[in-house]
Amino acid sequence: MFSIIRDLFKYNREFAVGAVLLGLIVFFSILSFFSPVDPTMLYIEVPDRPPSGEYWFGTNSRGQDMFWQLTFAFRNTLSFGLMVAALSRVISIVVGLLSGYIGGVVDRILMFFNDIFVSLPIFPILVLFYFVLRSDLTTFNLALLMACLGWPFDARLIRSIALGLRHREFTRHAVFSGMSPAKIMFEEHLPYVMPIVFSTAIANMIWAIGLEVTLAVLGFTNINIPTVGTTLYWAINHSAMVVGVWWWIVIPVIIIVMMFIGLFLLTVSLNEYIDPRSRLRRMGG
Amino acid sequence: MSAILEVTNVSKRFAMGGILSRNYVNAVVDAGFTIEEDQPEVLTIVGESGSGKTTLARMILGLESISEGDIKVAGRSVSGRVNRAQRLSFMRHVQPVFQNPFEAFNPLKEVDRYLQASARVLLGATSRAQVEAAMDDALQKVGLSLAEVKGRFAHELSGGQLQRVAIARALIPNPAILVADEPVSMVDASLRMTIVNLLRDLRDQLGVTVIYITHDLATAYYISDRIIIMQEGYAVEMGPARVVLDAPEHPYAKLLKDSVLPVENAGKSRVQPADRKTAQAAAKLSGTGELVLRDDGRSVRLPRDGDGSVAV
Amino acid sequence: MAFSEETVREQRDVLTLNGLKAYYQTNYFGVEREVRAVDDVSLSVREDEVYGIAGESSSGKTTLIKTFAAAIRPPLRLIDGTVEYKFGDRVVNPYDMDEDELNDLRWKHVSYIMQGSMSVLNPVRRIKKSFRDFAFEHMDRSRAEFWNAVEDHLKLLYLSPDVLEAYPHQLSGGMRQRVTIALATVCHPEFIIADEPTTALDVVVQKDVLAMLDDIRKKLRSSVVFVTHDMSVHANMADRVGIMYAGRIVEEGPTSELFTSPKHPYTAHLVSSLPQIGDTTRKPALEGRPPNLAEPPRGCRFHPRCPLAIEKCTTDVPPLESVGANHRSACWRSADVRPLTPAVKPKTGESA
Ligand SMILES: Nc1ncnc2c1ncn2[C@@H]1O[C@H](COP(=O)(O)OP(=O)(O)OP(=O)(O)O)[C@@H](O)[C@H]1O
Ligand SMILES: Nc1ncnc2c1ncn2[C@@H]1O[C@H](COP(=O)(O)OP(=O)(O)OP(=O)(O)O)[C@@H](O)[C@H]1O
Ligand SMILES: [Mg+2]
Ligand SMILES: [Mg+2]
Repeated sequence: MFSIIRDLFKYNREFAVGAVLLGLIVFFSILSFFSPVDPTMLYIEVPDRPPSGEYWFGTNSRGQDMFWQLTFAFRNTLSFGLMVAALSRVISIVVGLLSGYIGGVVDRILMFFNDIFVSLPIFPILVLFYFVLRSDLTTFNLALLMACLGWPFDARLIRSIALGLRHREFTRHAVFSGMSPAKIMFEEHLPYVMPIVFSTAIANMIWAIGLEVTLAVLGFTNINIPTVGTTLYWAINHSAMVVGVWWWIVIPVIIIVMMFIGLFLLTVSLNEYIDPRSRLRRMGG
Repeated sequence: MSAILEVTNVSKRFAMGGILSRNYVNAVVDAGFTIEEDQPEVLTIVGESGSGKTTLARMILGLESISEGDIKVAGRSVSGRVNRAQRLSFMRHVQPVFQNPFEAFNPLKEVDRYLQASARVLLGATSRAQVEAAMDDALQKVGLSLAEVKGRFAHELSGGQLQRVAIARALIPNPAILVADEPVSMVDASLRMTIVNLLRDLRDQLGVTVIYITHDLATAYYISDRIIIMQEGYAVEMGPARVVLDAPEHPYAKLLKDSVLPVENAGKSRVQPADRKTAQAAAKLSGTGELVLRDDGRSVRLPRDGDGSVAV
Repeated sequence: MAFSEETVREQRDVLTLNGLKAYYQTNYFGVEREVRAVDDVSLSVREDEVYGIAGESSSGKTTLIKTFAAAIRPPLRLIDGTVEYKFGDRVVNPYDMDEDELNDLRWKHVSYIMQGSMSVLNPVRRIKKSFRDFAFEHMDRSRAEFWNAVEDHLKLLYLSPDVLEAYPHQLSGGMRQRVTIALATVCHPEFIIADEPTTALDVVVQKDVLAMLDDIRKKLRSSVVFVTHDMSVHANMADRVGIMYAGRIVEEGPTSELFTSPKHPYTAHLVSSLPQIGDTTRKPALEGRPPNLAEPPRGCRFHPRCPLAIEKCTTDVPPLESVGANHRSACWRSADVRPLTPAVKPKTGESA
């Protein structure tokens, strides 16, 4: 594992840049564990201070130190995005592989649900859940909810690969070796869909985080949890741009753009590494 | 004496074409033969391309549903297999050998995975030592050893080695029947002989029956005991391989034999299209008549009226 | 006909390869590999000639063909050597051409039937669509004329026009193979390259397909280069045969000479391992493993498996030298090579 990362660092510039960018942001979010302040406390600093040696990222109109505030925001947003991506990957892998490999009735039923989920209007549903759950809509619950809505397109992609694999001779060979369908799907076929899983994971994270920001800005999430979205919500609520507290908005936006670029580069390079064809060539096939 | 494989009046129909013009392809019509348990043999199926050889093999392996008739393996109908236990018990009797040795293994996984799975699931070996013994045993039968194969990836082995590993894998559950659909058509001449010789040894030394599908009449003559010649889904001539191939009787069988390219006059003559007169006679008879048993043990498909008087 | 020695000499060279080297070069995260799949191949193919290439699996036959069909893409790279076609008075080098000229060359002059024709056809398009996509614009004909020509051409290959409506998976292996051959030859090219064109065909259809290729060759005086494992096809199709082993041509000569008096031990083995109808004696198989092209054996690449190997073979590479009219062999002991079994085979019943 370590040698893989070392090799990637050495031979793949995208990986190096992406890893550095993301590393910085992860480090930044980890700082939240050492924060001297509680992110939910208000008016503990002088409000509306521009970035300076004392307040690196300035303070906002609610009297919070933006540096520490943003460490919490990014920790929550990052883990939220990861949670959604991971959970929805699990669903789409299971559905895609089952549907592609087993086929027949199973395929038709799963794809029926798949199509229903594709056509669901996601935004109104999320808003509805907000009104029903209110303060029970924790970060985890929201992630679960969005994972349940964010899998269908990728499941279809995975299914199409699995369909092709089903007709390969080695699959039939595996069947006649007595391997169980689960073993065939998760040991023989999974490596072939991993590149898709990785490349859709980033898209999924961007989607999830983007939607979270949208919901938060409109006030449809638990606005007391610091995230990038709620940070912007409060900034808009206090007309930050109008009153000239630009750092309240500009700094989080810059960091989130950095985060997306880092994630993107990482996926691109990991994809190349994990792709069966390039893997084969490396092994000498 | 009991039959290990009974194929009775088996037919297969495929629907083809769009919604508006639906027509049917009779891939296999009324095929029938029996393989006895204590009489191992190489049964070769040759014939036109598109004559249903692969379809027949896939039906025997249970990969294709049967439109009409029945296939029984060890007394149990192939199409009746529903649960996993039944499927596994079927796989202990019948195993396939694939056409392309380079495609038969997952390129991202070690080749011994397949052997291991077979030993565990099909043979029921539980301890590590048992599994390895079973693997080594099977590999020895094909002239390899576990040490040569363990932990290797498909690209680290030659085509001949891969095909032998595949055959060794198929031998682990001690099957009575191997179904080999064109096992040598993708490999070069010298490799071809390695594998054909191996199939021959399996029959002679291990008593495995091999259903060998091929286009190569020369290797068919070389190893088979019985032969079935197929044309457009019908078996047109079947019987002892040497008898049939030395002097084929059905026009299509004759055509097939005459079309084998000779090597005696290498470089001295050019290919001519297959003999049109025989071909037409063969085409005219296609799908007509019934199988008639001859004294020398072969059956020939002859027109219903005046048997034996086929004008060629 | 192209059999007598004189006519062979009069024919112009259409394709000339000079010191061709094509390697698969990969560099993945520090693991560098170089597979020398074509290593120093020189040969020429004449007008109106059928040149057969035989050899072991993965000896680089497909790679060689791809290289001179200018159908290479990374990681395969042309390392050295030249490829030259002569059509009429035009001399062209496909590696000096731009994309448009190359496309023109591919459809008007050179046609390439790829190996594994089953996988070439797009599985989700009807055969008809493939014909329309690939051949229509190159034929300069009206729609009706085009479809007539296609149907006539399919008939030559004993395919019914119904296959146009089918999807590839609905056809048997042999039918798919014929469809791709039809696709590649419907424009009647001058130079036909075929990689294992008949492996999935029954002998009757194989004969017809080969006769059709030969017919096109005769009508247009085009040249045919084809690869196959089936030595009996070479025996009946080729004017000359080149035998490849581990990325090199080890022997090349007129077909009849190769079959009767091979001058390389590998060729001798190839032609003697053929079984015949009427013959059930046990045939030998070549021992040993095929060489690894990433680290080929030093000296003659065949020496680890060669019954005639001497000390010199392990160190020095034998050059491809003339051992007779039109006959070249790369073996230090070519004079000592004997056919392994008598060339005349036992009688085979009544057929010829
Ligand atoms: N899935 C399918 N759908 C429709 N038709 C099919 C299907 N599979 C096979 N066929 C048809 O069934 C017939 C027999 O095909 P099959 O593959 O069994 O031939 P084959 O004897 O194995 O030929 P070959 O020697 O070329 O491999 C062909 O006409 C083919 O078009
Ligand atoms: N894309 C690739 N990358 C790396 N190596 C390759 C690639 N394609 C082929 N090779 C290697 O190049 C060598 C020659 O392959 P090639 O396909 O030319 O063989 P061939 O003679 O046509 O074999 P066959 O008779 O099996 O078709 C083989 O060792 C093969 O493993
Ligand atoms: Mg077939
Ligand atoms: Mg090839």
